[in-house]
Amino acid sequence: MAELALDVKLERGSFALAVHETIALEGITALFGPSGSGKTTLLRIVSGLETDAVGDVTFDGERWQASGVRVPPHKRRVGFVFQDGRLFPHLTVAKNLTFGIGRRAERERAVIRFDDVVAALDLDPLLSRRPASLSGGEQQRVAIGRALLANPRLLLMDEPMSSLDVRRKAEILPYIERLPEAFGLPILYVTHSVDEVARLASSVVLLRSGRVVGRGPVAEILERIDLWPVTGRLDAGTLIEAVVDEAKDGMASLALGEQRLRVPLAGATVGTKIRLRIHARDVAIATERPRAISIRNVLEAEILAIDFHGPVYVELLLDVDGRHLRSRITREAFDELGLDVGRRVYALVKSVAFEDRGLGDAAGM
Amino acid sequence: MDELELGPVWLSLKLASATVVALLVIATPLAWWLAFTHARWRAVVEAVAALPLVLPPTVLGFYLLILLAPSGPIGRWWVELTDSTLTFSFTGLVVASIVYSFPFAVQPLQAAFERIGRAPLEAAATLGASPLETFFRVASPMALRGYVSAVVLVFAHTLGEFGVVLMVGGSIPGETRVVSIAIFEHVETLQYGQAHALSAGLLVFSFLVLLAVYVINRRMPFGAGYAVG
Repeated sequence: MAELALDVKLERGSFALAVHETIALEGITALFGPSGSGKTTLLRIVSGLETDAVGDVTFDGERWQASGVRVPPHKRRVGFVFQDGRLFPHLTVAKNLTFGIGRRAERERAVIRFDDVVAALDLDPLLSRRPASLSGGEQQRVAIGRALLANPRLLLMDEPMSSLDVRRKAEILPYIERLPEAFGLPILYVTHSVDEVARLASSVVLLRSGRVVGRGPVAEILERIDLWPVTGRLDAGTLIEAVVDEAKDGMASLALGEQRLRVPLAGATVGTKIRLRIHARDVAIATERPRAISIRNVLEAEILAIDFHGPVYVELLLDVDGRHLRSRITREAFDELGLDVGRRVYALVKSVAFEDRGLGDAAGM
Repeated sequence: MDELELGPVWLSLKLASATVVALLVIATPLAWWLAFTHARWRAVVEAVAALPLVLPPTVLGFYLLILLAPSGPIGRWWVELTDSTLTFSFTGLVVASIVYSFPFAVQPLQAAFERIGRAPLEAAATLGASPLETFFRVASPMALRGYVSAVVLVFAHTLGEFGVVLMVGGSIPGETRVVSIAIFEHVETLQYGQAHALSAGLLVFSFLVLLAVYVINRRMPFGAGYAVG
């Protein structure tokens, strides 16, 4: 596993970035934080494009930057997918793709091959076209392909989907998701979208005001209550990975400790691991087990933490047989039910969103 | 007599071509530097580079004469080096034309490089291209329009040069007697037929060159700007 050791500082006007971390890169690592937190700057420091940064950057034992040492970007073999694609307008898609392919000797040693990239990203129909005639999503696919074909050792992606609308995003997500597995390449992925983190990343580095405020596996970071100001609490939910232990008539049953979560999931097979997200707003709370109710999922839970969010809402962190859930209820309901930390309650799950590829977007229950 | 004399025509074309080639080599790095530097004295350099635009050719010619004359700082050095003088020679005219047409090369190139911006250059670097490779594979093809403009403007401007040539080169047939000088002399000696032939030739030629440029520009496969989205 490749390791990226950073000990860097950069000051620009009122913005200051100071990062001292060693990050083990495997699969997709998300660099996550609000805009202006320094995510893109950090990515540019890693690539060598940010020449004002001082400090040390070491990747996989190789010193890229240290006092008196600064390996220029073109010698780092770091792929960079920019927010805006940055395709070369004077070249066709095919020429853009092969831009970074070196001389023949290098080409023969290359691990990532043209045909594989074209197939993986569905680029065949675009090859003879010019960048100006491509849609935003197509441009980003070409940009990803172009970066891969330079055979980088590390791929940096800077909000590659931020300029795309929802449909284009949905179109390109599956391609990005497959990259680490298909090309065995670690990816550092900058985003300010919880959705993208939940769907793509295996671990996350949380950035705020130029500093790392948290890092770890995605599920763990997203439910840490002290990080909610950074991760955002209202539209975020809990990420759950669970194994299908029963599938019949379009409904699947997922094991959550001793309890079961019933979800509509056509074509699920027993034994598959599913990643799904349960939004806090979709979890209601009852102090007694409700009867005669359409909601299929009533889970026994314990309140772990309470976060008062403004005058109207309260957000609860729940423990369900060792798994975590979040619930957002009104302050009024909270007071009426007399809830408190340690209290046993029933969590009513109204719907879940599947984060795994090919399983559809969301399902009501 | 009264036949069209081609000597001054060839000399003018030779002078313009030499100036174009020399200026592309000289102006490219300077235009690049002006387009991308954050240096504080950039404005000073820009102003100096634009001076030939506003100075009367006679002023420019006067200072060039002083600099290039065998007693002048550059002229003396040149005489020591080559045993020939810069003033009243073709080489001296090329030097003078380079100065005279300097802004016509620097400004379109600088504008073209500024339009390209850093973004595609950074992209090329992350794809493993060295700065030189980036220049030849990305920047210069993207700045094609700027180059076409620079070539045409420098060429046409040098053809039309008169005052500076007169000051620095005089009128030595086959050496410094270019079309504009020849026309002037014909008019002075009331040889209107000859003046007409040369003037009309220059007029038609200039028009055709400009026409070609506009047609090429229009057919250019991609815009001058850097297309995003």
